[in-house]
Parts: sequence; structure tokens; C-alpha cells
Amino acid sequence: MDAEVFRAWIIAGAQVIEEQRDHLTQLDAAIGDADHGINLARGFAAVLSALESAAPATPGAVLTLTGSTLISKVGGASGPLYGTAFRSAGKALGDTADVGLPGLAGALEAALVGVQRLGAAREGDKTMVDALAPATGAFSKAIAEGASDADALTALVEAAQAGAAATISMQALKGRASYLGPRSVGHEDPGAASTALILGALRDAALAGR
Amino acid sequence: MKKLINSPDTVVADALAGVAAAHPSLAVDIENKVITRADSPQAGKVGLVSGGGSGHEPLHGGFVGYGMLDAACPGEVFTSPVPDQMLAATRAVNGGAGVLHIVKNYTGDVLNFQMAAELAADEGIEVVSVVTNDDVAVQDSLYTAGRRGVGATVFVEKVAGALAEEGAGLDKVADVAREVNERSRSFGVALSSCVVPAAGKPTFDLSDSEIEMGIGIHGEPGRTRVPLSAARDLAAAALDAIHADLPLSGDLLVMVNGMGGTPLLELYVVFNEVRRYLEGQGGRIARNLVGNYITSLEMQGFSVTVCQLTDALARLWDAPVDTPALRWGR
Repeated sequence: MDAEVFRAWIIAGAQVIEEQRDHLTQLDAAIGDADHGINLARGFAAVLSALESAAPATPGAVLTLTGSTLISKVGGASGPLYGTAFRSAGKALGDTADVGLPGLAGALEAALVGVQRLGAAREGDKTMVDALAPATGAFSKAIAEGASDADALTALVEAAQAGAAATISMQALKGRASYLGPRSVGHEDPGAASTALILGALRDAALAGR
Repeated sequence: MKKLINSPDTVVADALAGVAAAHPSLAVDIENKVITRADSPQAGKVGLVSGGGSGHEPLHGGFVGYGMLDAACPGEVFTSPVPDQMLAATRAVNGGAGVLHIVKNYTGDVLNFQMAAELAADEGIEVVSVVTNDDVAVQDSLYTAGRRGVGATVFVEKVAGALAEEGAGLDKVADVAREVNERSRSFGVALSSCVVPAAGKPTFDLSDSEIEMGIGIHGEPGRTRVPLSAARDLAAAALDAIHADLPLSGDLLVMVNGMGGTPLLELYVVFNEVRRYLEGQGGRIARNLVGNYITSLEMQGFSVTVCQLTDALARLWDAPVDTPALRWGR
């Protein structure tokens, strides 16, 4: 997978975020302040412009530019968290021109480490980590077990989606939803939902780019 | 919901243009979203920077001026500003004596301000951050993101701003900021939700007979939903919550703050109940604010902030201030 495939990922990610913008905002209205979809859509729109102007040449550069742009444009907790996730992933890929699935798995692991270091969320806190952690775990495991690219990527996305769904019954221990205490139970976490969407876009781009 | 806007996408920019036109004492960078005292930097003075989502006006831009903030960074509505804004603000108000960041305790604000402070330090600007967390509605525990910063932020900005204006050093200004935060507690009640322009509908639904207790300032639902009762009962509920965490005797600075959509007539009704309650506890309201200071768009409701005063803090509160939203002594 070269820079073009990674660009296609980000473009597809931006598209699905825009399509699901109102849904994500609705999720955030239930347990937050109703701006998650709006903020991410704005951030990814800026990312698309930045990718257009700068034309980064490597997969790593695509991701670090995505991360820096999100930090500068999104705001809220999502900006630093998603921005750090992409920057960490990008840094892990270094200058490599062509990334295989193991390299991608390493980048996603680095993203998770970055997010957890910044936000201190653990699995079960009802955050984006509840989609990202199971997803990276399932992905790495599938690769280690010799799964095909398609199967490994499917494992990634299915674990992310299951993780997001699992947040419904959790009580939020981090972020704005935590102010609600038990009232946060029964609602899907918007960050976990958007993370699952972004990883879905990754699978689509990676499969198309093979 | 009817709004006085041109379009949801341009609300913040349009409002900043209005602020710039209305207040020549402010330098407003609309594109980069930074509001600065026009006479910045003040050489030798500690610079004070705060910021947060738009939608809480006059907080923070309305408090930029002599004796209070040197710069404010408005984010998108209810969204923390980005590090670039705080970095630009910090550079602009750096008079060589360091810069104080006043940060409300929300995950987004804390993370973005943290990133900005690190970038400023890389450039050799000394930054100290003080986090406000006066809201008693949320338990400060391992199981939450901690208490929210609400009304006490106004008190912190005024008192720390006064001390900085007198030429005090960064450590002293930060110390007094922390002292005000620690001596203050707040609690809010909502009679309605609010409508984020880009969302187009209320963040939550409240029936005609229900209210939210223990609200924040971003339209997020509160801790509990209960039936509406008289102003006297609501004031008592708010002060009971504050009293559980702060002694209410002695000289007090009290703010009855409107959430944006409540008439001043009603805020004065609430203030009278607050006064009666506090006098019953042996408290004396030595200084007060009644009005819209830290709002949540058009939300109906109020918040109460109580600060235990000392003579030193009262003197700094009384010090001259000249900003769009607070002005006395000049």
C-alpha cells in the first residue's frame, strides 16, 4: 500500500464522516454537547484540502499531515486525540514508500498508544479506545495467525464495530459523557462510532489498493 | 428554533466581526480566532490568556481589557479552541514576564491548552496553567473527567488580572488564580436546553414541567431531571449542593449568572433567594454580580457561584477593570 492508497483511505474516511455527520452529532447530543459530527466533518474537510495542496509522498507523511491538520482544525477533545492517533501512526510508518499489513498493524498500535497516553482512557471507559483497542488487537492477531489480507481487514472492522456497539451499555468514565454518570448508559459513544467508521474506510481503501 | 444568524457555518466569524466593530479597544483576528487587548503586549506585565468554545459570551472575549484578560481564544460553538489559537495569543501578549493560561476543566480545553503551552515553551515563553474546576454537580473522582470549570472562571480572570495589572510576577498571579478557584464553588440549573447552530435543534428535550439540575455550560444534560419548582426551592437546591462543599459564613463574593435565555427580572428573583439563604447561614454577600457572564447560547436557567473572600481578594476584585463586560474604577 503506497501513499495513494493511504490518501484514498483518508478521502473515504472524510466521505463517510460527512455522510454520518448528523448521526454522530445525534449520538453526541445524547451524552455530550452535540458537536462531534460537525467537528470531525470540518476537520476532515480541512485534511482533504491539505492533502491536495501538500501532496505528501509517503504513507507516513499522509498520516502525519492528516493528524496535524486535525489538531489545528477540529478542536474539542477529538482534535488532539484523533490528531495524535494519526500523527503517531504516521511517525511509526517513517519514510517507507510501500506498507504491508504488518506495517499497518504497527501503525495502528502506535496510534492506540498515542491516544491512551494523551487521554489516559482505558478499555471500558466508553471512549474511542473501546473501538480502537479491540480493532488493533483483532487485526494484529489475524495477521499473526496468517489470515488473508481481506480476512485480517474484515477482522479489524468487525472488532471496531463490535467495540463501538459494546459502549452502549457502558457508563462513561472519561470526557463530557462522564458528567452524566449512570445517565450515559444506553447510548453509543460517538468517538467509538466515528473510529469504527474511519477503520471501515481503511479496509475499503486497502482492499481496493491491492 | 429561530436564531439571529446568517448561516450556521459563519456564526463565529460573523460574531467576531461584530465584536471587532463594537470594541475598538480590542484587536480581533477573525481568521485565526484570537481576541487581544489592542495595546498588547504590555511590557513587563504577566499576560493572561484564556479561551473556550464560543456560545458562552461574554466569556471569554468580553473580559479582554485592562485589569483582566490580555487575550481570549474562541473556538467553534461549544468546541475547545485549537493549540494554534492559544499559541498565537500567547505570543501576542508575551511582555517578557511570562503568560498565565486560565483553563476550564474540560478534556478538550485541557488537551488543547496543554499542547499550546508545550509549543510556547519550545519558543522560550514561560507559561503557567491554572485549571478551574468549581462545579460541585460532578463528583471529582476516578470515575469522571473531574469537576467542570464554570462561574469561578470569571472570578479568577478578574482577580488574577488585577494582580497582573499591578505588576506582580507570574508565580504570584498563578497563586492567586488557584486561590480563587479553590475558594469558589458553583451549581447550575436549566429550564430549557439550547440549540447549537450547526445542529439545528435542542441538544436535549425538557418538558414544560421539568428542569435539569447540575448542568454544565455546553447544553449537555445535567445530573438529574426533576419537576420545576419555585425560585426559592431552586436557589436552595443549588446552595445546598455548594454548602456541602464550602463553608458559607463570612464575607462572600456571589454571582447569580444567567444561562443566556433567562430575563434579568428572574435573575434578581433568584438573587434575592440566594441572599436570604446565605444570610440564614451567617454569610454576608460583600460583592456580587447578577447578569449574563458565562452563558450557554439561549438556554434558560441560572448558575450560582460563591467565593469565600479575604480582604486581599476583595481589594483585587475592586481594582479597576475596563473590558466590554466588566467595567469599574476607570
